[in-house]
Amino acid sequence: MLLKLSARGLRPLGTTSSAPFIVRLVEDATPSVSSADHEALLLREPEAVPAPGFRAYLFGRVTSAASVSDAYVLGPEHDYVQPGDVVRIDPRRSSLTSLHRAGSPFNTFLVTERCDNYCTMCSQPPKPHDDGWLVDDLERAVPLISPDAAEIGISGGEPALLGDRLVRLLRLMREHLPRTAVHVLSNGRGFSDPAFARAVADVRHPDLMLGIPLYADLPELHDYVVQAEGAFDETVRGILNLKRARVRVEVRFVIHRDTFGRLPDFARYMARNLTFIDHVALMGLELVGFARSNMETLWVDPVDYQRELVDAVVALERAGMPVSIFNHQLCTLDRRLWPFARKSVSDWKNVYFDECVACAQRDACGGFFASSSLRRSRGIRAMPANETATP
Amino acid sequence: MIRAPFRPLEDFAPPREYRLLPLRFERLYGEEYLVTNDVGEYVVIERGELEKFVARRLEPDSDTYRALKARHFLFDNASDVALDLLTIEVRSRAERIAEFTGLHIFVVTLRCDHSCQYCQVSRQSVDRGRFDMSEVHADKAVEFAFRSPNLNIKIEFQGGEPLLSFAIIRRVVERAREINEAAKRNLRFVIASTLHHLTEEILSFCKEHGVDLSTSIDGPTDLHDAQRRSPGGESHHRTVEGIARARRVLGHDRVAALMTTMPASLPRVEEIIDEFVKLGFHSIFLRGLSPYGFAARSLVHRYGVEDWLDFYRRGLAHVLRVNAAGYVLREDYTTILLQKIFSPLGASYVDLQSPAGIGIGGIVYNYDGAVYASDEGRMLAEMGDDSFRLGHVDTSTYEDIVTSGALVAPLGDTILECMPMCNDCAFLPYCGSDPVFHRATQEDTIGHKAFSAFCSKQMGMLRHLITLLETDPAARQILLGWV
Repeated sequence: MLLKLSARGLRPLGTTSSAPFIVRLVEDATPSVSSADHEALLLREPEAVPAPGFRAYLFGRVTSAASVSDAYVLGPEHDYVQPGDVVRIDPRRSSLTSLHRAGSPFNTFLVTERCDNYCTMCSQPPKPHDDGWLVDDLERAVPLISPDAAEIGISGGEPALLGDRLVRLLRLMREHLPRTAVHVLSNGRGFSDPAFARAVADVRHPDLMLGIPLYADLPELHDYVVQAEGAFDETVRGILNLKRARVRVEVRFVIHRDTFGRLPDFARYMARNLTFIDHVALMGLELVGFARSNMETLWVDPVDYQRELVDAVVALERAGMPVSIFNHQLCTLDRRLWPFARKSVSDWKNVYFDECVACAQRDACGGFFASSSLRRSRGIRAMPANETATP
Repeated sequence: MIRAPFRPLEDFAPPREYRLLPLRFERLYGEEYLVTNDVGEYVVIERGELEKFVARRLEPDSDTYRALKARHFLFDNASDVALDLLTIEVRSRAERIAEFTGLHIFVVTLRCDHSCQYCQVSRQSVDRGRFDMSEVHADKAVEFAFRSPNLNIKIEFQGGEPLLSFAIIRRVVERAREINEAAKRNLRFVIASTLHHLTEEILSFCKEHGVDLSTSIDGPTDLHDAQRRSPGGESHHRTVEGIARARRVLGHDRVAALMTTMPASLPRVEEIIDEFVKLGFHSIFLRGLSPYGFAARSLVHRYGVEDWLDFYRRGLAHVLRVNAAGYVLREDYTTILLQKIFSPLGASYVDLQSPAGIGIGGIVYNYDGAVYASDEGRMLAEMGDDSFRLGHVDTSTYEDIVTSGALVAPLGDTILECMPMCNDCAFLPYCGSDPVFHRATQEDTIGHKAFSAFCSKQMGMLRHLITLLETDPAARQILLGWV
């Protein structure tokens, strides 16, 4: 399944607003007090004349009964929307963008596309323009999201570039979604300012984790990977400041041709200097964004770095640090690494190959990013149910 | 190579000029040098590389440069976060000092039915009153123990044979658990015993209160019985029987054993280790003789440091063979050294700290109510030297004892970083101070390290261990699993 979470194709049935607006989709045709402000009635099979009083109406097919304003017929790429979803509707572009899908465990807020790193394998290449409207939207969306949401990611760009607005967004999430875990993907550099780290800690979010990438034990190598001098020092200081302020931190390491060689050294460095980190995530390369344009330089077959990966995992495990491997198919991993492999590829972007059809481990395996078809590991194969041998 | 707009790796090369961070070095073997820093990170490099390094002529793209940089031996204008990390590591390793006394040894009686050749203190007397701890002293000692701010309190019962004074053990355990209901420490108990006097009543008490047992096995039956004489002989047989019964009631891992090396042990280290395997132990502590006690003067000179090191090297080799064959067995002292080498927090073992662990790591409440800075300190007192007697539970307050000159002065003297010859020894981060040993052998708490058997022994063991780690990949894999 591959979803397009922002797609054009809305067909207006009458008058529309001019500016974009944010609504929660509902299927109960009786409007409530707040429906006029921020609820859209979702009717797959419109039959009767819909009740007035909703901010917008989304229909599964053309209906003549609609005399309400901001009524649209969903486009073919909007099939996935469900009641409870929070979406942004842009009448001028006829587009619908999902800000939060109630039925998915993989929800991420893109809070900015600006970034002070320029990673050679960035999956979401940064753009320099002012995009403060993204947070404006999210601030409106958060109160509409169901408090039952299990986890929401915050990603960029570099979220820390928002400064106080990030702190405000976290505070808003704590107020409206106190049971929702929040995972912020940041390069950590902004937190080299201790006051900023403390400000995030002072939100006292009950379930907050920062995921911060570190790509080497050497400043020169990390700085090259992120294409920014001084980034390593700022990132490490950021991690230290966050931990001092008792914010949970996960360190992320993306494995590619420039980084895999020092993976064991990186693990040793972590075990020695950052033992208090809450989680270490070792990630396979996703061939999108810059990773795709730099594929010839960056791609390395996972079967060719199993020795380094085993060394690193063993060292981290011995130091008592929680460690996980993401974005790897089980057939490409040394059997000793299986207990660390997490099934993590987001539902809207994972696929399986032909080999997977006959594979007995498929249910335990994370499968592939859609982009994985660009480069296939030599290790891909269907495995029997009682697989024990080291690939 | 990466294409524009991305900049190549060379663009991020560090400046050629770098500055040194504090370091110590020592020849390890051949032309290979051990280089360590204050927090115990190390590299082993050839002499030529070491010279280039300190002359600031290392190439930034060389393996040596990278190994040294990643371990905080150098920094430059482009990156100095190493200083922040070193600071944190120094503080983390020193935090144990602030935690204060965790080990509280209760000598509940000096009476013992064994007459071991190497024993320092035990008495054969049956005169209970004279060599048993009184209830009054036991109660006061428990209160002292809980004055320590340490969140982990371990009460260890020693003797003599502590089980001959079980009523006092029972009293101490019950009193400590009572106090702990409010104090909420992580409280543990262990009895060091021959296990010959282990009744069902004692075992069920241990089970109820989570008391661990520790015993002595000196090797195969003939060796053990020759060194550990007991009335009617059969010390080995009866201890083994005690181990089996204790395991049945308490669980296999609740009984530990250690050995003491006598001259007769020296040629038999493999047999001694095999005995531990046969008895189902997964750790063994190879212990040398201490220069204290009744038999010290006649015994310690019967083997020297080289004999001991030979024993240790053969022993460790055999332990590694046992592991390679699939049986997990750790040598406890080696494990302590490995923790000091590889764990960012070092090791909590009280006899290898800087400043010394006397009083602030472990403290001893003697059977007569006297308080000593360490177990060896009370043994020294039995030889007539009261240097490490800190006071008495009847007449001293807790504050008197922890601020006594007998404690504070030797603590000030035993910070390795300030001790002559230790201060520039590459093994410093893996070592510790033993003021009692040096007081006993050189009549000085610091001592001259060139004449110190403690120093030669430590350096010999560490040299062997690190050489093994660097030259024997199979041994390294096993050893890293012990940390």
